[in-house]
Amino acid sequence: MIESLIIGILEIGFIYGIMAMGVYITYTILDFPDLSVDGTFPLGIAVTFVMINNSINPWLALIAAFAAGCIAGVFTGIFNVKLKIRNLLCGILTMTALYSVNYGIVGKASDFLGMDSVTIFSQTAPLFGSGHIAMYSKLIVVVFIALFAKFALDWYMRTKSGFLLRSVGDNEGLVITLAKNPGTVKIIGLAISNGLVALSGSVYCQYSRAFNVGGGTGTVVMGLAAVIIGATVFKKIKFMKVTTGVLLGMILYRACISIALKLGLPSQNTNMAITVLFIAALMLNEFVLKKNKPGVNKNA
Amino acid sequence: MLELSGINKTFNAGTIDEKVLFRDFDLSIDDGEFVAVIGSNGSGKTTMLNIISGSTDVDAGEVVVDGIVMNKMKDYKRAVKVGRVFQDPVRGTSPSMTIWENLSLADNKAKRFGLTFGLNRVRKDFYRSQLEILGMGLEDRLDTAAGALSGGQRQALALIMATLVRPDLLLLDEHTAALDPKAADIVMELTDRIVKDKGITSLMVTHNLRYAVEYGTRTIMMHDGGIVIDAKGEEKASKTIDDYLKVFNTISIETGN
Repeated sequence: MIESLIIGILEIGFIYGIMAMGVYITYTILDFPDLSVDGTFPLGIAVTFVMINNSINPWLALIAAFAAGCIAGVFTGIFNVKLKIRNLLCGILTMTALYSVNYGIVGKASDFLGMDSVTIFSQTAPLFGSGHIAMYSKLIVVVFIALFAKFALDWYMRTKSGFLLRSVGDNEGLVITLAKNPGTVKIIGLAISNGLVALSGSVYCQYSRAFNVGGGTGTVVMGLAAVIIGATVFKKIKFMKVTTGVLLGMILYRACISIALKLGLPSQNTNMAITVLFIAALMLNEFVLKKNKPGVNKNA
Repeated sequence: MLELSGINKTFNAGTIDEKVLFRDFDLSIDDGEFVAVIGSNGSGKTTMLNIISGSTDVDAGEVVVDGIVMNKMKDYKRAVKVGRVFQDPVRGTSPSMTIWENLSLADNKAKRFGLTFGLNRVRKDFYRSQLEILGMGLEDRLDTAAGALSGGQRQALALIMATLVRPDLLLLDEHTAALDPKAADIVMELTDRIVKDKGITSLMVTHNLRYAVEYGTRTIMMHDGGIVIDAKGEEKASKTIDDYLKVFNTISIETGN
């Protein structure tokens, strides 16, 4: 009983953790509060849903969702960089437009995958046999994908391109003096970020086997909470990458929500719980952990 | 090396705040010159640097660097030829990145920022030797974030970064003004050494008349969008701080400030 509850928390935590790493790129590295996430997460779901419904390889669906997310991120970037629209508004515009796009991709507001449709989970389940380990089959697949995304992101941040991405959020003027276009760097960052978010949506789709056009609401708030928990609570631990902290932050966050639901919180109140927990994380960050550090004041 | 000709620049044109700054402004700087620019606030010094670097557009006239007309080029494209150090030390480095990472970034200026390893390990010893010259102990702190350095240290790092890949023209925008006197002297001496060693044509805006007298090969004094003193060679060598102050005071009385 407890074991299956913990497995469930870890599964969802790692799935949303991939999304949170995307939010980490925009919120922390680019200093760009990107709300596209609420649209690109269901975009990943929608793309995957249609592909799996058409019996396309579910692993290919992960890649396609990532690519679709990248394209959406490029739009957000172009709104900001080329059309000079304020960053907060750019995300809202993309998110709003994606609502129609996602609806258009699936063709209806909500639907379930057929019982016999092949997902990454149904495909790998036989590998784990029917013993006790079968309980962990989904979790193992999710952890594999999340860690793959994490190490890929860690690697990217150490490349020259990644260096440029880190410096553009820090000091845009420096990128100009390096004879590089900061706008292009921002667009690349938004693309990778939303690619990860849509990848997360793709895994979520195959996990929940459902599509709901309004299912993205609250995604970005969850992502931000995980980033803030990851960047503050787990920052104290030396030699731990921020990406690891973000993944753990999401797991901690999902654990809180799952426990609240278990203790009898009606499921329609989940978004309220998400918000309250987020504010709690911010306040923890502001008043408890950073008490002695003046000058650091960046709430969402 | 640098040719500004017929520059016109008016701010807030057509409003009651209209301010004509440059009218047919000309300036020519030869290869290898180290020019100190002085002048009161609002005389157009910083605007001139902004016009050269591309952060401000001109209404008319031509900006030519190394034979290339730069008017239509974006600021980041001009940066291939033009390096710049700002007054605020924060603007020259990436605070969350380490000294080593910052230097690796600067060392790759105008090249491809692809998917190869970002840290430049091959040049680590070279970076150390460059930092050693400063005498600030930074050579042992390569893994320290630039944001953790003092203003003087950061500005020294910014100066090294701006010149690591030799620019054809270096713009120094009051780059010692935000530092304490000792740090300012260190950064100024470092500037002089780098500019001489690498033979970089430089344009330095400063409010410090002593620097304008002691350093550089040519001193220009600006006022109201024009050049009132242009001294080089022997003429520069013979001028003292008092000579510049006299002109300053005369102008102040004329304009009533």
